[in-house]
Amino acid sequence: MPGEEGIWVFVFGDMMVFSLFFITFLYYRGQAVELFAAAQTHLNQAFGALNTFLMLTSSWFVALGVHAARRNLGRVTPICLMLALACGFGFVVVKVFEYSEKFRAGITINSNDFFMYYFMFTGIHLLHVLIGTGVLLFLTRQSWAGTFSQTQIRNLESGASFWHLVDLLWIVLFALLYLIK
Amino acid sequence: MTTLLRSRITLIWFLLVGATALSLEMGHGVGFENPRHASVAIIVIAFIKVRFVILEFMEIRHAPRFMRIVGEVWIVAVCATLIGLFLSATH
Repeated sequence: MPGEEGIWVFVFGDMMVFSLFFITFLYYRGQAVELFAAAQTHLNQAFGALNTFLMLTSSWFVALGVHAARRNLGRVTPICLMLALACGFGFVVVKVFEYSEKFRAGITINSNDFFMYYFMFTGIHLLHVLIGTGVLLFLTRQSWAGTFSQTQIRNLESGASFWHLVDLLWIVLFALLYLIK
Repeated sequence: MTTLLRSRITLIWFLLVGATALSLEMGHGVGFENPRHASVAIIVIAFIKVRFVILEFMEIRHAPRFMRIVGEVWIVAVCATLIGLFLSATH
């Protein structure tokens, strides 16, 4: 099993919570399809797609970092983690632009049901991204020396699992909020 | 470093990015007459991507059997529920 047992309990718990979010969103969408479809046209798909790309790339760098640590490739791990962090920061910056674009257009969490779910779910996800960047920062510092004990590799695997969780939740949020018609 | 980059996870990353581009195009109506069918395909592709992330990036492919089963059941159950909810909506 990669990482600590505790992290997998957390990952699964979080997946269950987000499953409820996804189900809630589609249930209420079903009650007001026209409203949700009209509101969705105000979303900027380019921002959503760019963030998906950043999240996938970030996850890839983290996976590369874990593999590099197992093969004892020295500084490759902290470099991969820094690249992952850069993508994570990029995600946050894009989200800030996206939210401010909405606020400038007078769209808030109170605008309608679609935007209530949009701000709530992407906001909770953004909180995960912020926590994840903190974790990546910690792991980068820990791996800086380029030598890895078994404990460090386990910590890396645990942190990586959390970051991949953040990635997979975004994949579904992007499809449900931005793409389906 | 080169061997690392040429590994399976890099191929997975390419597939994930490619699948994202495909979903985006389908969201714009490419390949489907009916946008509802395109949306169902988009949900299915999203969960295929999720499966890749779970099995390959999270390394559940090599994890104990029960973890893989939990992961696979979650993917199928949530994906099927979402498609059901989407299709039951009155358009």
